Amino acid sequence: MRYSIFSLARAALSGHKGWTRAWRDPQPKKHYDVVIIGGGGHGLATAYFLAREYGVRNVAVLEKGWIGSGNAGRNTTIIRSNYMLPGNIGFYELSMKLWERMEQDLNYNTMVSQRGIINLYHSDAQRDAYARRGNAMRINGIDAELLDGVQIRKVLPFLNYDNARFPIQGGLLQRRAGTARHDAVVWGYARAADSRGVDIIQNCEVTGFIRDQNGKVTGVETSRGAIGAGKVGMAVAGNSSRVAAMAGLRLPIESHVLQAFVSEAIKPLIPGVITFGAGHFYVSQSDKGGLVFGGDIDGYNSYAQRGNMPVMEDVCEGGMAIMPMIGRVRLLRQWGGIMDMSMDGTPIIDRTPVDGLYLNAGWCYGGFKATPASGLAFAHLLARDEPHEEARRFRLDRFRRGAMIDEKGQGAQPNLH
Amino acid sequence: MRIACPFCGERELGEFTYLGDAAPKRPSAFADDGSEQPDAQDAFHDYVYLRDNIAGEMTESWYHGGGCRSWLTITRSTTTHEIKAVKAAPGAGARVAAGLAS
Repeated sequence: MRYSIFSLARAALSGHKGWTRAWRDPQPKKHYDVVIIGGGGHGLATAYFLAREYGVRNVAVLEKGWIGSGNAGRNTTIIRSNYMLPGNIGFYELSMKLWERMEQDLNYNTMVSQRGIINLYHSDAQRDAYARRGNAMRINGIDAELLDGVQIRKVLPFLNYDNARFPIQGGLLQRRAGTARHDAVVWGYARAADSRGVDIIQNCEVTGFIRDQNGKVTGVETSRGAIGAGKVGMAVAGNSSRVAAMAGLRLPIESHVLQAFVSEAIKPLIPGVITFGAGHFYVSQSDKGGLVFGGDIDGYNSYAQRGNMPVMEDVCEGGMAIMPMIGRVRLLRQWGGIMDMSMDGTPIIDRTPVDGLYLNAGWCYGGFKATPASGLAFAHLLARDEPHEEARRFRLDRFRRGAMIDEKGQGAQPNLH
Repeated sequence: MRIACPFCGERELGEFTYLGDAAPKRPSAFADDGSEQPDAQDAFHDYVYLRDNIAGEMTESWYHGGGCRSWLTITRSTTTHEIKAVKAAPGAGARVAAGLAS
């Protein structure tokens, strides 16, 4: 299915009855070269890059529900590459560059909007920390600008600068950051992968692994029958531990619930993404006018896809601290997604100790921005059996080797990342 | 979620802090005879970094920082958030909570 202004006009005049499928709904084949478990953004991007970059087209993406029904449809749609540590910085900038050309690559309007992100700072110490982060970005060729109090008042005049406890002194700006339409990213990758021969199989839950006498994974058992595979890749976010356990693996991951919120629609207010530096609160405004915001994870292990009141209160307090006027705005919707919180806050894209089984997990609550680079790096690993240059530090054994990438410096306590 | 603290009664979730799975036990680097455990490095790696990450009923350590400041051992479902049991953690006044001492 291809779209144009003419097809839109034609469909509008015929009551929108003529739309056809954007991707096929195939029956699973007996065998694929690569089976990817998880039809979220990362799994679909992996299939797309396998077909486009590495010529591996005999690929299936298995999804237990419908594609994009997990975290791909539950995030706050922020894209950015303002990381600091080696390992992260190059990877997320690769992702940013892939975002910048995604709509041309996919011929799909994913509404990538580089409206900028500003991380507010509220003390001299925090300004120094952000200056250091900005400098780390700039020596790696990534745009970053440190704004002082006068400059930031021009960009965001509506903030509460004189909060007695957390006065806003300035902010770190990345202009190339912004937002993208999360569902469109899923649909764009699905259509592009499908058109290159990838089978997207929905309502197909993996229930076990098929292994040969040497322990090598040779396929998966599913709710729609057994499917053979040359290689199997897992991209199942919050369910990583459950799927890996079917192959006898324990992972350095805990599953936690992260809530997100949307307010009723208001007139254009927030030009980009704003984060509150004295607590944990991030907000942008959708094109429909709703304020899209969130904060910390709830902090306890959960697979429930819903959170509790204390974190809602905490998030709203963060918002009120920098924008007291949003206290008059009503909350429209609120939901939860299950995050694969790793032990150092950094993802894993690696082979597993089980032959034929590959892992893409540990995205914590930063997986959406990583979608394109995660897909490219995982496809590279699956196709070539070696890590992608920019994901070479995302190894599963880095905890054993003491080579953690701990951007927040919190240690092995996942609910603090 | 509301948690019925054995010392304070039912309190709201915001008073409590979560540590995590209560099952892992810190391994020892040494055997009873004082010799080094040959697999200590593996045991500590597993203890510090690997998790069962159970989907279902899990026994967890919580801290009642906004109340009696006791450590609690709570059995809770990670799929429904239903709390099955709350006990004082061993050493955290467990005998007091059980009415065996004052």
